[in-house]
Amino acid sequence: MYNWIPFWPDTAAVNAVAVNNLVIAELAFSAVIMATVVAMMLRFCIRYRRGSAASRDNLVAETWRFEIGWTTATLGAFLVLFVWGAAQYIWLYQSPPGDEELYVTGKQWMWKVEHPGGQREIDAIHVPVNKTVRVVLASEDVIHSFFIPEFRIKHDVVPGTLETIWFKANKTGTFKLECSQFCGLQHATMRGDVIVMTGPAYANWLTDQGVETSLAQQGEQIFRAHGCSGCHDRNSVVHAPSISGLYGTQVHLQDGSVRFADEAYIRDCILKPRSFSVAGYPPVMPNYSGQMSESDLLKIVAYIKSLGNQEATDP
Amino acid sequence: MTLVPTATRSSTAEPVVTVEPNYLTSEHTIASWLLTRDHKRIALLFFVSITFFFFVGGLAATLMRLNLATPEGLLQPSVYNRMFTMHGVIMVWFFLIPSIPTTFGNFFVPLMIGARDLAFPRVNLASWYVFNLSGLVVLYSLVMGGADTGWTFYTPLSTVYANGYVFAAAMAVFINGFSSIMTSLNFIVTIHRMRAPGMTWMRLPLFIWGIYAVSVVMLTATPVLAMDTFLLAVERFIGTGLFDNRLGGDPLLWQHMFWFYSHPAVYIMILPAMGVVSEIIPCFARRPVFGYAGMVIALMAIAILSFLVWAHHMFVAGISIYAGVVFSLMTFFVAVPSAIKVFNWTVSLHKGQIIFDAPMIYSLGFVLLFTLGGVTGLMVATLPVDVDVHGTYFVVAHFHYIMVGATVSAFFGALHYWWPKMTGRLYPEMWARVAAVLTYIGFNLTFFPQFILGYLGMPRRSYTYLPEWQSWNLLSSAGASILAAAYALPMLYLGWSLIWGRRAGANPWGATGLEWCTASPPITHNFERTPVVRLGPYSYDPKQDSFITQEGSAHGR
Repeated sequence: MYNWIPFWPDTAAVNAVAVNNLVIAELAFSAVIMATVVAMMLRFCIRYRRGSAASRDNLVAETWRFEIGWTTATLGAFLVLFVWGAAQYIWLYQSPPGDEELYVTGKQWMWKVEHPGGQREIDAIHVPVNKTVRVVLASEDVIHSFFIPEFRIKHDVVPGTLETIWFKANKTGTFKLECSQFCGLQHATMRGDVIVMTGPAYANWLTDQGVETSLAQQGEQIFRAHGCSGCHDRNSVVHAPSISGLYGTQVHLQDGSVRFADEAYIRDCILKPRSFSVAGYPPVMPNYSGQMSESDLLKIVAYIKSLGNQEATDP
Repeated sequence: MTLVPTATRSSTAEPVVTVEPNYLTSEHTIASWLLTRDHKRIALLFFVSITFFFFVGGLAATLMRLNLATPEGLLQPSVYNRMFTMHGVIMVWFFLIPSIPTTFGNFFVPLMIGARDLAFPRVNLASWYVFNLSGLVVLYSLVMGGADTGWTFYTPLSTVYANGYVFAAAMAVFINGFSSIMTSLNFIVTIHRMRAPGMTWMRLPLFIWGIYAVSVVMLTATPVLAMDTFLLAVERFIGTGLFDNRLGGDPLLWQHMFWFYSHPAVYIMILPAMGVVSEIIPCFARRPVFGYAGMVIALMAIAILSFLVWAHHMFVAGISIYAGVVFSLMTFFVAVPSAIKVFNWTVSLHKGQIIFDAPMIYSLGFVLLFTLGGVTGLMVATLPVDVDVHGTYFVVAHFHYIMVGATVSAFFGALHYWWPKMTGRLYPEMWARVAAVLTYIGFNLTFFPQFILGYLGMPRRSYTYLPEWQSWNLLSSAGASILAAAYALPMLYLGWSLIWGRRAGANPWGATGLEWCTASPPITHNFERTPVVRLGPYSYDPKQDSFITQEGSAHGR
């Protein structure tokens, strides 16, 4: 788009359009304020320079009418910006159900990307255009920040939890993927590409990767290898909460609280089971903290989510 | 005070004939400086210390801008990372936070309220020693190789992964806090208890209100930083796990505690600067400040609201969406009193007799830079925009407009404004005007391109960047060289003026504050006798071009 000095980033997602409009409005508002201050200052400085002939009669040193008027006006303008911003933010950062999902793990200093079909990439993300893509973010070490400037979206990737973020690209092309939270020596080079493709091109790309086992299937293998299935299988004799159809439901815990079973909840249950005992079940699950990589955890999460989908489609 | 002659601007009058020698000449031994309990001498000691750190931090910034002139860079990545960390740590805790309070606050709080000294002179001296101790620790950390976490020390990078001297840097910040606490406590007690007869709260100069507001913030916020850095140091040393998710801790706990101090710290840097500008503008516009009461209310409102906005640094960190909404609203609220102040300063030029001497040029520059920093502050208060530009150069530009553009301009404004009082010498006005204008040009050239870079998506704390961003980076680096010259220039001509500058009278600017009612430089005990205050500050009359000091003596100019 620009081949000389870049001045404005590309606007390549519906998220970006929303943020862009807000930025343009605020730039205009800022320009009005700056222009007012500069104009007043210049006018006074010239007109009332020392020794000028302008009248100094009726000097005003204090007038509440003026100050209250000014305060109310700024407060009103600020509240408009606040409400607009807050409304957009709630829309932008509450994850809707995605057409596509991605699992992204940040580690010093790369982005590892896994598609539900099992396709893997590093420092690159292939996504289809005009589809809502939901990204599940995990960190293996320090805090990173998942940032796509042309989509105007960002979320910190904090170790110890899973975060989700969504975007919907509205044009094809290659865009920047960055880490915007200082994460150590090579933070500056922790970047990659987001390649937005048309639907058919994306489908071709997925099949061209030649992957046999989906993420959920890989997750199931890990699930069995760690012995999880011994208790949580449908046919198990141990009295353990079922994981089929768990994802996306409300779970009542022993301590009386209710948790929404999203990715972060499932991860927490695996690593800190005693803190999340489900009501009506004995707290006997062992702690898997330190036994699985973030990547394995994401695969198990993908597996449990896939069970949820089966329940929904196969009642 | 009948002893004080009316000085005119062009006068070369000798200082007032006093019984006592002035504070500079009363004693000459090194011990008389290192063991002094005179707030004026301690202010100069602090001035030496923070000026040293200003140039150390500035050197790091110079290396950074040199490195960023090209995407290939000059420095090793590890060196660059240490440079921006040390730049941040030193500039924040060893220059900006102590800058105006420990020097001009120390020197002028007693003089402006008509007291002989601060309430606790020994605590004041101890504060300087503690400050220097923390300075030695931070220099140790720097010389050994520096910390490499950014000045924010985010966990778990700082506790588990960083290789540098994070422990030493964190301990330096920890020790430094005690100096802040001692100094602010001293100011609060002094302002409450030691005002001269007639100096009521609503007659206090706005600089005193600024120092008072900042002292309240420092005294209440700094202990939280002390806890935080102490826990960080312990965690790094023995792995307590408070900030480590693998041990049941939470990395975000660090951020909450850190910003609970460090957001108010931004106001610690700007409130005294606001006070300085509120002194200079009326003096050089020769009229009363517009809306004194509104200015006082705004200062105190900023001080209180500054404690309720910390999580706006964490909108992207995974705090709940609704917490984000609340903190965004509070951030808009804190912008209101700031907007009032900009408006009042600007209207304070109306119907004045404006003189464009260096302090005034610095102050007008302050207002413009602060306004630009403020409107971009509104942008980063708006949730989705903040999320987009968070961690990019947009934020870097925004806070440099406030903390460097505004605060350092005010610092230099104060330095020029009070230089005749502190040293008894006038500085060369022409050179000072050049430096003031250069500061403004250099600053904007350095930092305005960073807004554009940030919105384009250039992450901060990066030793390299995409080649397409080079034009703006090069412009920024070029501007930084002008800025460096503008900051170094005053050291030359101010140094020159110490020996060859014309002698200043007691009141070279024709200002109204009590500090101008005693000799330049002041005598050790500040005043021949305790002044009695009859008027509020800023009794300037632009129509007659006259003024009345707070003691009630009327002067023409």
